[in-house]
Amino acid sequence: MEKILQVKDLELSFNTFGGEVKAIRGVNFDLYKGETLAIVGESGSGKSVTTKSIMRLLPESSAEFKNGEILFGGRDLTKLSDKEMQKIRGKDISMIFQDPMTSLNPTMPIGRQITEPLLKHQKISKSEARKVAIDLLRLVGMPKPELRMKQYPHQFSGGQRQRIVIAISLACNPQVLIADEPTTALDVTIQAQILELMKDLQKKIDTSIIFITHDLGVVANVADRVAVMYGGKIVEIGTVDEIFYNPQHPYTWGLLSSMPSLDTEDAKLYAIPGTPPDLLDPPKGDAFALRSEYAMKIDMEMDPPFFKISDTHMAATWLLHPDAPQVEPPLSVIERMKKFPGSRYYEGSAN
Amino acid sequence: MTQNYDKLPQGSFDRIPRDTQQAERISKPSVSFWQDAWRRLRKNKGAIFSLILFGLIVLMALLGPIISPYSPNAQTITHANLPPKIPVIENLGIFDGVGTLGGKEVDLYEMKNVDQNYWFGTDGLGRDMFSRVWKGTQVSLFIAFAAAAIDMLIGVIYGGISGYFGGRVDDIMQRIVEILTGIPNLVVVILFIMIMDPGILAIIIALTITGWTGMSRVVRGQVLKYKTQEFVLAARTLGASDGRIIRKHLMPNVLAVIIINTMFTIPSAIFFEAFLSFIGLGLQAPDASLGTLINDGYKLIQYQPHILAIPAFVLSLIMIAFNLIGDGLRDALDPKMKD
Amino acid sequence: MARYIGKRIIYMVITLALIATFTFFLMKILPGSPIASADKLSPEQRAVVEARYGLDDPLPVQYFNYMFGLVQGDLGISINQFKGADVTDVILSRMGPSAQIGFQGMLLGTVLGILLGMIAALRQNTWVDYSSTIVAIIGISIPSFVFASMLQYFLGLKLGWFPVALWKDGFMSSVLPSIALAMFPLATAARFIRTEMIEVLSSDYITLAKAKGASGSEIAFKHAFRNALIPLITVLGPMAVGILTGSLVVEQIFAIPGIGEQFVKSIMVSDFSIIMGTTIFFSVFLILVILIVDIMYGIIDPRIRLSGGKS
Repeated sequence: MEKILQVKDLELSFNTFGGEVKAIRGVNFDLYKGETLAIVGESGSGKSVTTKSIMRLLPESSAEFKNGEILFGGRDLTKLSDKEMQKIRGKDISMIFQDPMTSLNPTMPIGRQITEPLLKHQKISKSEARKVAIDLLRLVGMPKPELRMKQYPHQFSGGQRQRIVIAISLACNPQVLIADEPTTALDVTIQAQILELMKDLQKKIDTSIIFITHDLGVVANVADRVAVMYGGKIVEIGTVDEIFYNPQHPYTWGLLSSMPSLDTEDAKLYAIPGTPPDLLDPPKGDAFALRSEYAMKIDMEMDPPFFKISDTHMAATWLLHPDAPQVEPPLSVIERMKKFPGSRYYEGSAN
Repeated sequence: MTQNYDKLPQGSFDRIPRDTQQAERISKPSVSFWQDAWRRLRKNKGAIFSLILFGLIVLMALLGPIISPYSPNAQTITHANLPPKIPVIENLGIFDGVGTLGGKEVDLYEMKNVDQNYWFGTDGLGRDMFSRVWKGTQVSLFIAFAAAAIDMLIGVIYGGISGYFGGRVDDIMQRIVEILTGIPNLVVVILFIMIMDPGILAIIIALTITGWTGMSRVVRGQVLKYKTQEFVLAARTLGASDGRIIRKHLMPNVLAVIIINTMFTIPSAIFFEAFLSFIGLGLQAPDASLGTLINDGYKLIQYQPHILAIPAFVLSLIMIAFNLIGDGLRDALDPKMKD
Repeated sequence: MARYIGKRIIYMVITLALIATFTFFLMKILPGSPIASADKLSPEQRAVVEARYGLDDPLPVQYFNYMFGLVQGDLGISINQFKGADVTDVILSRMGPSAQIGFQGMLLGTVLGILLGMIAALRQNTWVDYSSTIVAIIGISIPSFVFASMLQYFLGLKLGWFPVALWKDGFMSSVLPSIALAMFPLATAARFIRTEMIEVLSSDYITLAKAKGASGSEIAFKHAFRNALIPLITVLGPMAVGILTGSLVVEQIFAIPGIGEQFVKSIMVSDFSIIMGTTIFFSVFLILVILIVDIMYGIIDPRIRLSGGKS
């Protein structure tokens, strides 16, 4: 499969009054054409910062690339000038944000907001852009698009506004669409509609999506592959089935155990103890070790490398080292692993 | 994976118990709201500089008239209209007692046979400007602080009651404030000054007669905002009395805006006092405030600019210092405050 | 919206009636007769004069007559200074210079202030920002009469670039007073626009505009400027108050035959009817400005325009 975007050894820090906050500490992933890659993690795990750094939307006064590269179309995005970056934003890579209530300019009719990237990136006339915008609105399921072009954002509901933001992001048929928790601020029913819309549009336009969320239910619904982030690093990455049914990292175990599901018999939900690490002063070794019940001595001393589980599945935990002791994942995780061919708990008879 | 992970020291994979204490560790030291605010204020160079400057001005306002060998109201006609002369600094070519007389620059001290030095010069009646300026500063500051304190007192009580009890009480009290704020401040102040005997008290009353409405609005807004918040509801559920809720839960939160608002009332009171004095509605001679000194000085601007310049400079310094302190406090206490 | 405006107008009328009543009785309890030369007149002469101006009527009748006249735009008669001239005429005859310097000061101040605030916000934490902040702090802090006398001393007396005072050289006479009046709106606008711009620039829709590929100047002008500018309308009221307050002293300093100068003069000679008239005139002016500003805000901001008033 064709790699659209490659993030290699990315390190990024914020220079704050309190000191250097190491928000991203060596992130690697590839994005393939037409796939949806979900990035999950708690708040502060660096998932949003990673995607904002791809778009170079972080404040240049405080955010600083320390290492690594972001390869897109043969160019390293971390090295591009502002001008060159402007040509990529909204055309090749576009973005949807979390809160549709504040993402639209309150004093500009939505029609102008949709045609803006078209006029900026494509050589078309205003009337042509208007036609495209109306088509886009129809595409995202907005009734009477001609009439609504002249209206202002406050005349739309939250779900409708997110549809408008999606229309804006798709205006130039981008190769990569970054969706930063696009459904978090919406009602559950609207969430489902927006997710359906995005899946639908992805097929039509054949774009790759990076989908950031902390909602594993959403991940299962939309993603082809999943990257789990913790403390500014990816700790496990694999296909959606591998992450959900054969997770290897204790943090992924924790995340999955804390997800409510209908077939969990135990009504009590699991909560990961403790708080995410302070990235002003990240701990030595495995950042999750302090909160993990599977911690070993080496976790306190050395960063775990990635261990390969399959061609598509990797996890950064010392538990996968051949010398490490065999540990039992939480029960609910074992239940999941029973359904996955190739896992050590697989019960072929399950289906 | 450039490193060789195959040869790891013995015992590397020993399990260690989870230390939840450690996991809950908060690496930043915890600071209270006021400590945090003070830390932020200290970073604001302008505000700190202004605090020091203001401290010096207050010190001079208190000590100045005492240091000076001349009383602020003592007239020595033979020493009238002398420019400033300060020993040591006079060698730099400024404050050297040289003034213009009939278009020529002459040392007026020599001409008039004056042996003493008047640091800020003298006015048309031969009064020492140094002690007059600091005496005037004293009066101006007193008026401003008194007016601000009264504004604060009335405003906090009125706004607090209106916001805390809400409902009909709030409705009626707010209609009154709405009408009062509709009346231009300037008009009220001038009218009140006219019916009262001119003096410090009259000015203070005139300034506070509608001045408190601003504070009451801010306090009411804050009380309204906080009284429906969960921590107050929780306290109420646990049986806290009105008094306790006001003292323990509302006050600390409202205090920040009260301080900020007061910091901006003071310069505006100083301005109004000076303004009234300038249009002739202020203190009457021989009392002096910075405003009356500026007014007197303005009449001699062409011939004796120092009589205007020095009090005007001190007044401007106080105003700048207060605005900077106010800005600094606002940023330090509530970076997001917009009401 | 219509209901909102209606409510506002009712408040305005109540406020004005209160001010007028208050002013009327205040003038009545003030010591001294409104007739300046009262002491020199014989009782008979005095009675004649009082009868001419209706001063011998019972107080309620005087009050009623005054309020009735007010509704018709009649502010009474000046007894002392203008020997029976209509106060309304006196005020109107002096409106030209006041309006000119007030308007010029307001225009100059807001335009420069907006520019200064914009540049400061776009170049946040650079020397441009710091110097604009210093200008704004000085503008807010230094009283207009200090600033006016400085302008007069340096640009008028010492350098002679502009007339020192008086209203004789047309536009040139209006330059220094206008600059003196401009300082306050300039500083207010600069501070306000800077804060608004910085807040707008950190909002989500600006990030989205960036994500669309908009350039720095497109973001500043197409997206941020309008959103930062609209709330400036809310401080137009205080700015107008500042200009009016300033005009009292600035007109005095530059000897401009305007309303403010006349007002201060009337205070000195206790010309009650002029003081009353001007007070009411000022009140009407300021209250109207604030009403217009509120309505304007409703018209310009689409969020308020369509949802029909915010309160």
